[in-house]
Amino acid sequence: MSTAPQPKQGTRPVAIVSFAQAPTQRRIEQANEVELLMPVIGEVYAQANMTKDDVDFVCSGSTDYLIGGPFSFVTALDAVGVWPPKRESHVEMDAAWALYESWVQLQEGDLDVALIYGFGKSSLGDLQRILALQLDPYTMAPLWPDQVSLAALQAQAMIDKGLATEEDFAGVASRSRRDAMNNPNAQVANDLDVATLLKEEYIASPLRRHCVPPLSDGAAAMILVAGDRAFDVVDRPAWITGIDHRIEAHAFGVRDLATSPSTTKAAHIAGVGEGDVDVAEIHAPFAHQEILLASALGLSSTTALNPSGGPLAANPLMAGGLIRFGEAANRIMDGTASRAVAHATSGPILQQNLVAVLEAAS
Amino acid sequence: MNQRCAVIGIGQTHHKAKREDVSIAGMVREAARAALDDAGMDYGDIDAVVIGKAPDMFEGIMMPEHYLAGALGAVGKPMLRVHTAGSVGGSTAIVAAHLVATGIHKRVLTVAFEKQSDSDAMWALSVPQPFAAPLLAGAGGYFAPIIRAYINRSGAPNDVGMKVAVKDRLHALKNPYAHLQLPDIDLKMVEESIMLWDPLHYLESCPSSDGAAAMVIAAEDVATAQEKSTGRSAAWIHGMAMRSEPTMFAGRNQINPQAGRDCAKDVFAQAGVTNPRKELDCAEVYVPFSWYEPMWLENLGFCDEGDGWKLTDSGATSLDGGDIPWNCSGGVLSSNPIGASGMLRFLEAALQVRGMAGEHQVADASKALGHAYGGGSQFFAMWVVGSDRPA
Repeated sequence: MSTAPQPKQGTRPVAIVSFAQAPTQRRIEQANEVELLMPVIGEVYAQANMTKDDVDFVCSGSTDYLIGGPFSFVTALDAVGVWPPKRESHVEMDAAWALYESWVQLQEGDLDVALIYGFGKSSLGDLQRILALQLDPYTMAPLWPDQVSLAALQAQAMIDKGLATEEDFAGVASRSRRDAMNNPNAQVANDLDVATLLKEEYIASPLRRHCVPPLSDGAAAMILVAGDRAFDVVDRPAWITGIDHRIEAHAFGVRDLATSPSTTKAAHIAGVGEGDVDVAEIHAPFAHQEILLASALGLSSTTALNPSGGPLAANPLMAGGLIRFGEAANRIMDGTASRAVAHATSGPILQQNLVAVLEAAS
Repeated sequence: MNQRCAVIGIGQTHHKAKREDVSIAGMVREAARAALDDAGMDYGDIDAVVIGKAPDMFEGIMMPEHYLAGALGAVGKPMLRVHTAGSVGGSTAIVAAHLVATGIHKRVLTVAFEKQSDSDAMWALSVPQPFAAPLLAGAGGYFAPIIRAYINRSGAPNDVGMKVAVKDRLHALKNPYAHLQLPDIDLKMVEESIMLWDPLHYLESCPSSDGAAAMVIAAEDVATAQEKSTGRSAAWIHGMAMRSEPTMFAGRNQINPQAGRDCAKDVFAQAGVTNPRKELDCAEVYVPFSWYEPMWLENLGFCDEGDGWKLTDSGATSLDGGDIPWNCSGGVLSSNPIGASGMLRFLEAALQVRGMAGEHQVADASKALGHAYGGGSQFFAMWVVGSDRPA
């Protein structure tokens, strides 16, 4: 009989036991947020052979700014149907942080099962203008800098430091979109070589179209179970053996944009370097960020990066980080990996980063 | 809770209609700095920051925690952003306290704010959304029919709400941080104020405020050491709970919501409270519209269903001679920086059991409730704090 591995953070082992996502699309007009979530949540219950009555704690991640109205999480809660009333919380962050809050809750010891979900429809507005509103309201937002231009500043900083080339960026995009051909939930999947990609025009130098994530509508859900009960749900639970998150300064001028010290610190605390990493799902919406983050995480060349295709293949805001956790957990649960890293990011050009180590029981 | 934890630092701003003299960062920093000073700490001593606020549209900044990371000393640390509608100030404190109760961190700074003057909450609440019932005239328009239903159901006299409005504003006169300072407040003034949403007069509604609240929550060993070094006692957390239910469905009891009853039952069981009216010394309860005092008295089990208005009517909830004073600080009716309003309730409960509430102190308060609610009275967050360490 397997035993849950002792976690590096916290005292109680917690595992991902089921994960589902909506097939990501450029524009989902047929479903509002509740309709988008309901089949996804239904699927995580089905995988775990559970109902909502088994769930002790519910936590979600979303942002009002995509829907353009207050309280988008309130209506979305109808997808769960919290009746009788439940313990429930929400973060205005990527749902990967809802996973973090749930993991903390399960450390208390009196609750065993958490349902997590995240959703985002970028198609509802002009994402480039919306994300500018995430910046310092006094000094930056009034300039309306778009996220692609900001990412280009970061990519150029990497080139200037000799950390990567435009060929490297194209290499990441080529591999990601090719891997995505095996991912039914991906939005952009194709087989194009580096030479072909480098013929594209710049969108914001040094970024060409292939370096930039698609605009996506999507949603994802997950169930966490604490303790040995996870073995009753699935043969190979993906145990969260290390987890940490850190934030950096907001002002770009005080950051070295070519590095990610918050990722490095979180990875160290989560114990990424304390064993071989078979697979890493990295929340790198832009191609250059995968190179930057793989280095910050301290991954070696033997680690398979974003075999799902990653955010370059499907990038639903507020669910994208949770999907990295789900994809990494799936590799553990399907037996193709025994130790994986999941990473999520939030804020402009990687300001905030969450890192976890997922492991199979030995 | 795995480990005991306590509030050892408290800070808040002087809540006002418009804080045009500071940025949002400056405003949250005022509260955070005061909480750290109270705790005898500096930003460098803090392990993690948990921040909460109501909808981002209230200021027009998407996920403002990113921009506030530096101002709150969070750079290089974990930072979480909670949003659970009006209950968020309470939920934020609970998320922060769990980080300590689980042993993950020892010292957590938690902050909540709203700078309503930067935008227009009424407008932000009234944006039509596809497939959702429009709120139209803000929160008051939503709650007024529910209040009317309470009055019909309970047979309460029409002036009970106005009595709450007067009582909480009299309490606010004893709280230098409270936004509304109305020395001449009386029933006549409330009755003569304009009718906003029948049966709610203008003075039966909360104000729109700019303000921030902050607390330092610490593990038992840290709290004990800081009590010694600062000479100020800690407020020990005896229980904390959250519950949610859907906004609407056929047969939902919107007057006395099940989620509120369940949440109260949970938090009182954790704190060993069987009769809240007798065993608690005071309560800070989220009452943004006057009639929510009698409604929540019933919902929280301070009396039987239908009797809430009788407690209010008899003066039981007044700091001036009542046996169970509610909202000694003046409550949400006197200061409403929305995202911070729930945290202010949690923080004021802690101030009371620390004996640090100044003029609005309840003598020898040793156990108090902090309460927040949000959405269509569907999200609840509560904690019980005490001057003694929990068993």
